[in-house]
Formats: sequence, C-alpha cells, structure tokens
Amino acid sequence: MTFFSAENLVMSFGGLTAVDNFSLELKEGALVGLIGPNGAGKTTAFNMITGNLKPTQGKIFFRGEEITGLKPNAITRRGIARTFQNIRLFQDLTVIENVMISYHCRIRSSFMGAVLRTRLYSKEEKGMQEGSLALLNRVRLGESAYVQSGALPYGQQRRLEIARALATNPKLLLLDEPAAGMNPQETKELMDLILKVKEDFGLTVLLIEHDMRVVMGICQWIKVLDYGAMIAEGTPRDIQNNPKVITAYLGEGRKGGEENIA
Amino acid sequence: MNKVRDQILTVLGIIGLFAFLYWAKGNATEYHIRLLNNCAVFITLAASYNLINGICGQFSLEPNAFVAIGAYTSALLTMSPVEKQISFIIEPLIWPLNVIAIPFWLSLVAAGLVTASLAFLMGFPVFRVRGDYLAIVTLGFGEVVRVVANNLQSITNGPLGLKGLVPHTNLWWSFGFMVFALFFISRLTKSSFGRAMKAIREDEVAAEAMGIRSFRYKMMAFTVSGFFEGIAGGLLAHLITTISPVLFTFFLTFNLLIIIVVGGLGSTTGSAISAVLFILGSEALRAVEEPFSIGFLNVPGIPGMRMVIFAVILILVMIFARKGIMGREEFSWQGLFNLPQRAIGYLRKKK
Repeated sequence: MTFFSAENLVMSFGGLTAVDNFSLELKEGALVGLIGPNGAGKTTAFNMITGNLKPTQGKIFFRGEEITGLKPNAITRRGIARTFQNIRLFQDLTVIENVMISYHCRIRSSFMGAVLRTRLYSKEEKGMQEGSLALLNRVRLGESAYVQSGALPYGQQRRLEIARALATNPKLLLLDEPAAGMNPQETKELMDLILKVKEDFGLTVLLIEHDMRVVMGICQWIKVLDYGAMIAEGTPRDIQNNPKVITAYLGEGRKGGEENIA
Repeated sequence: MNKVRDQILTVLGIIGLFAFLYWAKGNATEYHIRLLNNCAVFITLAASYNLINGICGQFSLEPNAFVAIGAYTSALLTMSPVEKQISFIIEPLIWPLNVIAIPFWLSLVAAGLVTASLAFLMGFPVFRVRGDYLAIVTLGFGEVVRVVANNLQSITNGPLGLKGLVPHTNLWWSFGFMVFALFFISRLTKSSFGRAMKAIREDEVAAEAMGIRSFRYKMMAFTVSGFFEGIAGGLLAHLITTISPVLFTFFLTFNLLIIIVVGGLGSTTGSAISAVLFILGSEALRAVEEPFSIGFLNVPGIPGMRMVIFAVILILVMIFARKGIMGREEFSWQGLFNLPQRAIGYLRKKK
C-alpha cells in the first residue's frame, strides 16, 4: 500500500487545462518539493489533493483509501493538512483560537454538551487549550497566544499557519510557498522548523516553493511542473543540472545566443 | 477566583433584574410594562438573529418568516375552539387545529420546534449559496411565508389574522425567556462550536481546510436561531394579542438588521444594548410623526418618519462607526470594572 498517490490528475477550467496528467507518489516520511514557473499549476495540484477543486480526471489515494472529490474537511480529517499561499488566518480571532479551531474536528461532545458545559466538554476544552499552547510554544508563538492573529508580523503569521495545520493532527502536510516574502534569516528559521516538525510529528511533507535555497536545502526529491505537465523529477542535484528545467525557468536561447551576448 | 466572582455577580445581576421586574409589575404604568416586554422580546430576537448573521457570518434576511411561523403556531394552539369558530368567518379552520387548545408554555415549545424544523429543512437549499445570493434567497423565503399566511385562509385566516388571543405574555415570561436565550446563545458562542462558526465567518475555505464541516455549523446556527425566533414570535403574538400577515413584512427583518448592525455585528451584548435603544428610541421619536409647528411653519404628521430617521442613523453608523456600539466585544464583569480606568486614561490622553 502506498502512503499517498495521485494518478493522472487532470484539471481543466473550460478550455484551459491547468494541470495535465499529474502523477505523484509519496513514501511515508518523504520530503518532496514541487517547483515550476508561475502559472505552472502547482497550487491547482494542491487544491485537487485537498479537495478544494474536484479533478476533471484521475484518482487520489491516501493510506489505502480513495479520497478523490471528497470535501476539504473530510480530507483534513483523514490526515492531510495544508497551508495557503496567501495567508488565510482567522484574522479577527486570537492566535490561540486559530489553533484551537483545528482541534474542533476531533471533539466528541455534542453542542448541547458545550452549552451545558458537561464534564466531558470542559475536559476537552481544557485539552484543546493546553495542546494549542504547547504547539504554539514549539513554533515560538507562545507569548503571542492572546494577541489578535491579524496583528502578528508577517513571518509569525506564516508560522501560525503551520501550527494551525499541525493541530489537525496530519500525516501529510502540504505547504504552499511557506517562505514567500520572508527575509533570509526568517527563511533559515523556517527551514529548521520544517525539518524539526517533520521529525517530531512523523510527517510526510509536500512543499511548493520558489525560494531555491529552501527547495535545494531540505527536499529529498523534487518534481518540476511547467504548463500543467510534469517535465522532470529527481534529486536536487539532478534538477539543478537538468536542461529542461533551466529552459522552463529561463526560457530557450536562440542557437548560439550565448556567444552573441558575449 | 475571578470565575467564581463573575458567576456570583451574574446571579446577583439576574436576581436584581427580576427584583426590578417585581417592583415594576406593581408600580409601573401599563405603557411602561408594555415597553419592557417589547425590549425583552426584541433582545431575544436580535441576539438570535445575530447568531447567524454576526457570529456565523451568513448574511440572511429571514427572521420575519421565523417570527411569523412561531407566532401563528403558538397562537393557533392556545386559542380556544370557540374563539376560533368566531374568528374564522370566511373559511373554517381545518381539523385538528379547530379543536386543539393547549397551555401557553406548551404552545411556545411547539412554536420553537416547528420553526426550528422549518429552518432545518430550509437550510438544505439555502446554504448551497453564499454571500449576496444567500441574502436574496432568504429574503424570498420571508416573502413566501408572508404570502402563504395571507392566502392559506383555512389555517391562518388570511388577511383578517387571528384576534382575541389571551395576553399570556407578561414580564416573567418575556424576561425569563430572554435570560434563557441570552444564556444559551452566549454559552454557545463562547464554546468550541461558536469558535467553529466564527472561523466560517472569518474564512470559510480555511475553516474547511482545518476540518470544520462548514455546512453543518451553518445549519446549526440557522436552526438554533430559528428556534429562538419562533418562541419569541409566540411571545410577541400573546403580547399584542392580534396577529396578521401585515405584522411580518420585511420591515421586521429590517428593524432587526438595524439593531444588530448598530450594536456591532457579532456581539450578543451589542445586539441586546442596541435592541433596548431601538425600542426606547422609536418611542421617543413618536413625536416626529405627530403634527408640530416651528414658528409659523406648520408640519402635518408624517407617518413613517421614524423609519427615515433610523435609516439615516444606520447610514451614519456605516460611515463613522462601522463596528457599531460593541464591535465584536462581549460584556464581561472585568471589562465593566476596567471601564472607569479606561475612561480616565482616555481623558488624560486627550489633555
């Protein structure tokens, strides 16, 4: 049984095929990067995996179960969590509330139990609070727990998104450009954080990123998308030297172009 | 420590409220008692409307329908068979409603349950759409209920309405139920379920990605809101003792919308404060609808002038104080104790 596999995913919006024949297999514990120029279909692929988009064709399996076309909440509850490219925090709620919401999907009390504050509910609420606080401390946001999340600095908002995703208790974590807009120091901290939580939580990570320091620095395996199609895959070293990838990113020079420039 | 103190203060507050009501019952005029009753019913309505609109963030426009259903259900169940026979002159009331007469409290429970189950059924088609579309669909539903009430003569007695209800609703009923509703709603919003609703309000896509079943919690907010609005409808019917479809037009929804927006969308406390201001305000503004004269200029009475003023207030709130009275804050005893200090600090800063 493969841990995760996507088979021949196709996503077309009317006449436009955003992702064409995308296949991906992940082994448990892997850290795979998904790269490609803007508009290559990386986020679309993420949205299909997490249920935000229903693939036009193809199937997705996760831990021996088909999850194609399930609702996002159902997929999250099966153990796939994600962060968003453009941060989507619950801005008006406090930092800790943002994390506690991710615990809600595992609550056992009924809503009447919550209104009546039964013993079970009180215990669960306390558990959520303690769990969230512990998680926030791990991503070094413990001190800001009761701050409104929209008021956090950018880098911390990114970390909060990761904490919130972790709180859903995932097996597979999808990170959509986690280093976007970060300075070199923050990026370095982020890389350490990703590696650390991957170990601590026993996660498998799939990562979209434009920052090559991150991709080359931590990914074990890289897949390259361009115009919705997979054009290459391999270890970071292979990818760096792959002519197809260089062409996709930098465009094709005319024959003898380099000499002309020189 | 603080928790115990707050609980004691809350209990004392409620006892104080009922002591005041006991005093008012003996000493206040009938007019003032009527005002108090209206306040209680509107606080209940506003708080439950705020649950779906402000907490869960689903902009819907149906409370007039829910209030109407609750009012008719409860009224039809308490009226005596003789009274019903006298009232229904065009078409007789259908069996078994024409022989039923049950106690008031039971009719309120029935009103709540009937309205809640209707809200539940209505939720399935309604929550397939979002945003403006949701507002339009629910607005349509409100209108449908009113038209049905106008035409389903063998049940609602059409435009003639139901008359001669026993004025069961007194201060105890209206305030007792208000306290219950506020307790229930504020407990719900402060719980994990309320947090899930707020998450949907803030960002539905992110909420779904965090495992929140958004459809389920929208339904929950809608049904609970329907339940309380239905019972409030029953109380309203037995307060004014005569109901007809004209009472439940879109204006009722519009008034409630003004209340929750001015109070601060998403704050139960704000809804309650604003509901009181609205009731007292519309009494105070009665003057503008009466004929008056400024110097030699004689102005005849203009009915509906109050609505113009309320509309202007709503526009001013939208421009200058978009968060309303309370924003999304809730009442807390600690907050009340901190208020003087904050006021002093604010004044010092100004200097």
